[in-house]
Amino acid sequence: MSAIPLDYETLRLIWWALLGILLIGFAIMGGMDLGIGALLPFVARTDDERRVLLNLAGPTWEGNQVWLVLGGGAIFAAWPAIYAASFSGFYIAMIAILLALILRPVGFKFRGKVDDPRWRTVWDWALFVGGFVPALVFGVAVGNLFLGVPFRLDDVLRPSYEGNFFLLLTPFALVAGLVSLSMLLTQGAAIIAMRTDGAVAERARTYGRWAALATAALFVVGGVVALYLLTGFKVTSVQNPLGPSNPLGKTVVLEQGAWRANYTNLPWMIVAPILAIAGSLGAWWALGAKAKILGILASSLAIFGIISTAGLSLFPFLMPSSIDPASSLTVWDASSSQLTLFIMLIATLIFLPIVLIYTAWVYRVMRGTVTPTSLGRNPNAY
Amino acid sequence: MIDPLVVELSRLQFAATAMYHFIFVPLTLGLSFLMAVMESVYVMTGRSVWRKATLFWGTLFGINFAMGVATGIVMEFQFGMNWSYYSHYVGDVFGAPLAIEGLMAFFLEATFIGLFFFGWDRLKPVGHLAVTWLMALGANFSALWILIANGWMQNPVGAAFNPDTMRMEVTDFMAVIFNSVAQAKFVHTVSAGYVTGSVFVLAISALFLLQGKYADIAKRSMVVAASFGLASALSVVVLGDESGYVATEHQKMKIAAMEAMYETEPAPAGLTLFAIPGADGRPTYQVTFPFVLGLITTRSLDRDLPGITELTERAAMRVASGVDAYKALSVIRTGVYDANARATFEVHKADLGYALLLKKYRADVENATGEEIAKAALDTVPDVWPLFWSFRIMVGIGFFYIAFFGFWFWKASTHRLDTSRFWLRAALWTLPLPWLAIEGGWFIAEYGRQPWVVEGVLPTFYAASGLTVWDLVISLAFFLLTYTVLLVIMVWLMVRVIKAGPADKSVLDLSDDTAPANPEPAQ
Repeated sequence: MSAIPLDYETLRLIWWALLGILLIGFAIMGGMDLGIGALLPFVARTDDERRVLLNLAGPTWEGNQVWLVLGGGAIFAAWPAIYAASFSGFYIAMIAILLALILRPVGFKFRGKVDDPRWRTVWDWALFVGGFVPALVFGVAVGNLFLGVPFRLDDVLRPSYEGNFFLLLTPFALVAGLVSLSMLLTQGAAIIAMRTDGAVAERARTYGRWAALATAALFVVGGVVALYLLTGFKVTSVQNPLGPSNPLGKTVVLEQGAWRANYTNLPWMIVAPILAIAGSLGAWWALGAKAKILGILASSLAIFGIISTAGLSLFPFLMPSSIDPASSLTVWDASSSQLTLFIMLIATLIFLPIVLIYTAWVYRVMRGTVTPTSLGRNPNAY
Repeated sequence: MIDPLVVELSRLQFAATAMYHFIFVPLTLGLSFLMAVMESVYVMTGRSVWRKATLFWGTLFGINFAMGVATGIVMEFQFGMNWSYYSHYVGDVFGAPLAIEGLMAFFLEATFIGLFFFGWDRLKPVGHLAVTWLMALGANFSALWILIANGWMQNPVGAAFNPDTMRMEVTDFMAVIFNSVAQAKFVHTVSAGYVTGSVFVLAISALFLLQGKYADIAKRSMVVAASFGLASALSVVVLGDESGYVATEHQKMKIAAMEAMYETEPAPAGLTLFAIPGADGRPTYQVTFPFVLGLITTRSLDRDLPGITELTERAAMRVASGVDAYKALSVIRTGVYDANARATFEVHKADLGYALLLKKYRADVENATGEEIAKAALDTVPDVWPLFWSFRIMVGIGFFYIAFFGFWFWKASTHRLDTSRFWLRAALWTLPLPWLAIEGGWFIAEYGRQPWVVEGVLPTFYAASGLTVWDLVISLAFFLLTYTVLLVIMVWLMVRVIKAGPADKSVLDLSDDTAPANPEPAQ
């Protein structure tokens, strides 16, 4: 293994950061489309208005969703223990997310193929579910990470889960779900306000301002609860950042306010929650001021701040266990091997910049305001 | 141990969702290239009929692609959801190709598919053509990485078990990528996709000619499909043969089961054309071509092909050797350094997976009896007859399509595409066959690997998540219901689009500003 030019600790930290970047990438890019879906029936009232929104998302939503697919793949490749324990533990929640996500590609593609109001209304609501449910449930899942997940690992590291779907729906987790929902609604509203005009843009600004305020308020409430009231987790044994990925053998204790520890040790981390609040309030202001680009930038900044806050607060935990704290998965014991992390880093360094370049090019080609008249000419429009 | 019913339901769910997904994938692979060829002709000749053809097939492609995306997202997460011990045990190896698939392939395909549909009036013809090719390329790269991942499940090279982490870890990533099984499977699978796309285009064009409609587009599409289809049908069979050859190296049991070959055949083995199973499951009556199987699988006249009985005996020895590895592993894992145990483990670790087969019969594998070892060895024999017949159906369809496309290639070359209603009707009615062959092929690959999820490394029953039966009932019911409803809607929409035909308003000529540089010659 001496041939690998980066040490295990560094690679683990890089992949912890990359995991955050991929999730932030999905929330910013895919979040626009989830938000548009969840706002569709409310922001757009007539068929023409709804077509404007669908064709705003249409050319780019498939590429945006790949951030989620890649996020799943990266968790599998870099954090297989998390991939194994979380998706099997959150089984019914994942099924709900998947069934909602299934409705999106067919909703976009099938809706416009038949010129019948009932047909189109059915797909409008399918797209609403496809945006609303994942936006909410992803947040609920993250909220549960703060509470600890009822799973344990046996001596051969097989995860088993001792909870059910309804146990996920605690008040704190629901607040986290609502933070996620309102944050993605803001993102959807911001892109609608930027790329459309008239009544649709006006309604998007109204909904977006409320969503941005809700994001800031719920984030503060959730943050205070998480840092001061919740029972957090703390590793009390020494973990070797260079050691093999085996979670068993460490000791972990539960302690009220333990999620505050990182901010005490490393005060610079406070930047993340500040960005979250500043971004949300910035989006609220920009949407009111009709500042188009600032709106989407501020909303994206809020997303960056919110997801970073979650990751930094939990560090080094990725998935704490509430029933067997020693089974908790951390950055130092849940990763792939050093070689796999290194190979995946090289692949990411080569391909992610290429992805960003052609994605930027596609957005450039498709730029401009989407209006009912701009759709008339394209035979492939949704 | 995991409830056997949960394991069976998990297998059923994975098989159902994967087979549904693979209804749409081959058409995406094939149609994307066919459209790229048609659009290339448009850009080179400037004749708008080729653009019209591209747009028409593109509409059907889009409907199919939406279903591919809808069913594909489930695949990305299902390993963790239903196969959590698999994910832990081999994620270090298996996760990487999946992640690279997203990075290198699916991003390319999904980003450019938006421009393919929405970029017609925003890009110059050459620019749009580049987008179409990149999209097709993305789809094919995607297949490459997925088959590298699947190839590793068939032939787990470049990885070793790590006792500290209790899982398989990568030792040689290049070996994983250039795995001979993966490469053979990739070319075989994408060729099958090209055949599917060609049959689809040919069949629907034949329908148009039967109806006397859209002959300009139908004939041109048929010429492209017949040529591309002939090349693909030849390669799918030749490369399928390559797949058989590498399987002989690494999955002898699968070959023996596909051939219902219980006893070792003296070289060169004959190929069974068909057989009738007797009461004990063994063939009683069979028609055999001498020499052929030996030639296909060993490419020699003097190498024996081992039968199921002999392979089961070999498996029993590996189970016993695996028990030694398991015992040594237990010592190593106590943390006390024991040079003897380390040495024993090194000798037997290739058979550790065989010891896990015993977990079905007892938790303390180290105390397994001879009888249990014999039972575990018998478990390595997959169900023979479903494999035997699927293989024959797949190969039969493969050879049929060589003749089929050879015939249509000849018809196209002699400009007699629409002279016989009988053959046009025949072309239309063979439309379902590629899917039958492809699903059969996947069935052989996956069912033929049982009881393993990773050949020789991890038994399927040991890899499942510890979910409840109700979890599985709920998810399986939802998936089957959703997929089936969506599939019906998709077919209905496709029929509508086909009925409306290329002259439908959705595929009318675009505004003049996108006209190609060369003015269209008068026809």
